[in-house]
Amino acid sequence: MRNPLADKVVEIKPSGIRKFFDIVTEMKDAISLGVGEPDFDTPWHIRDEGIYSLEKGRTFYTSNSGLKELKEEICHYTKRKQGVTYDPNHEVLVTVGGSEAIDIGLRAMLNPGDEVLIPQPSYVSYEPCAVLAGGVPVIIELKGENEFRLTAQELEDAITDKTKVLILPFPNNPTGAIMERKDLEAIAEVIRRHDIFVMSDEIYAELTYKEKHVSIVEIEGMQERTILINGFSKAFAMTGWRLGYACGPREIVEQMTKIHQFAIMCAPTTSQYAAVEALRNGDDDVKEMRMAYNQRRRYLLNAFREMGLECFEPFGAFYVFPCIKEFGMTSDEFASRFLAEEKVAVVPGTAFGNCGEGYLRISYAYSLDNLKVAIGKLAAFVERLRAEK
Amino acid sequence: MREELLAIVERNSRIDLKELAVILGVEEIDVVNELAALEAEGIICGYHTMIDWEKTSIEKVSALIEVRVTPQRGQGFDKIAERIYKYPEVNSVYLISGGYDLLVTLEGKSLKQISGFVSDKLSTLESVLSTATHFILKKYKDHGTVLTKKYEDTREKVTP
Repeated sequence: MRNPLADKVVEIKPSGIRKFFDIVTEMKDAISLGVGEPDFDTPWHIRDEGIYSLEKGRTFYTSNSGLKELKEEICHYTKRKQGVTYDPNHEVLVTVGGSEAIDIGLRAMLNPGDEVLIPQPSYVSYEPCAVLAGGVPVIIELKGENEFRLTAQELEDAITDKTKVLILPFPNNPTGAIMERKDLEAIAEVIRRHDIFVMSDEIYAELTYKEKHVSIVEIEGMQERTILINGFSKAFAMTGWRLGYACGPREIVEQMTKIHQFAIMCAPTTSQYAAVEALRNGDDDVKEMRMAYNQRRRYLLNAFREMGLECFEPFGAFYVFPCIKEFGMTSDEFASRFLAEEKVAVVPGTAFGNCGEGYLRISYAYSLDNLKVAIGKLAAFVERLRAEK
Repeated sequence: MREELLAIVERNSRIDLKELAVILGVEEIDVVNELAALEAEGIICGYHTMIDWEKTSIEKVSALIEVRVTPQRGQGFDKIAERIYKYPEVNSVYLISGGYDLLVTLEGKSLKQISGFVSDKLSTLESVLSTATHFILKKYKDHGTVLTKKYEDTREKVTP
């Protein structure tokens, strides 16, 4: 029989997280700090709206690009938060999570051989999506000494005449790094000069703990060359609802909508009704969750300080990214031993790119009580490693 | 920090000061001073413990009592409210808008004790027009805490 598979797909490496997932799932009493989703339930009034939509029989497709009301609310929200205006009829597309927007955005923009700049460590799907879209991923290795921000120089050095799109993943998973206005202004100049496009994945925009999140689209001349991706998963604790969106220039969004129309038809209707409620009345919930995350973030940073574990202060998302280079082990070795000996799961930094070597991603989407138990075990483990040396 | 501090101690008044300082991102001495100020201003009025008496072998009966009263000239409802809250078995007294005036919550050892209080003491007060007593059969949620179910983490253990 002929090989039924496409080489392009077979050559994609499976996610590095998989291995840990399999081990942890087997271990009955393991504590996990490896989760990339909020621990909060979706606020009740949002769930209630989803239920109500079902009761009313709103069980049909919506228009391909999404419910009109939702697209309008997305535009109000983006205006309110970022101060930029989008046309709900032509510049917004409601997608199945931010993930779908990443996929179809790249497919809409890339010609074979176009280079996509991907700063790493970052979310696991940019690289495979770029490959599947016929592009060539070019990795920019972000550095701990820059707090894992993207600098203008790093960007400049990575650009060639084939570069078409820069992916901008901030606030960042797994590092928790953010880009402040001054950082964005510096890279925006390079982006404009080289005439490249930006895919800005701002799924963690609501979760910043320093200045209010600044989007690249707020910087002069950037809105017209940026696809802004956001969604409901992290801000409103709605991961399972699978709902995100993309805002961008009409000509790109139209082509994305075409792919979405043929591949997906439309995002889940129930989720769209719930999301309208989230945008209309969810600000207080977000504020409350952000406050809780920030308390945990401070707790962890202080705990690392006390155990002498090096960690830059991350100001976004719900991850900390401590450095374990002092132990002379790879991230994978450290995480494997920690799991075997203390039954606590963390994700090796290398799951998010080679330059994550020497780091761990620790999620604080857990209650303080849970974090305390896990951190106690980390402290004991670190002490034991130091004694061994 | 005041609002955040209050939100935390409202849920957990036993949290230690050092930890409170860490999670608020301030110095311990600032927390101590702020708590002292909140107590002095009467904003923090006490540190209570939530107990689910149902799970003990100790008998307790709670009731909500709706009370309609005649307000008194010059003093409105305050005088009569004061008369009622002075009884130690009374847990809380609220002035309420709507169909009745005062909502009184009460805790006693038995049904008999509570009904005795209502018939002998409460309804005999001169300005009390009528009472309606509701006994609490089961507490599902109290002070923002669900009493009937324990939180269970149903997320996948590791996700990107």
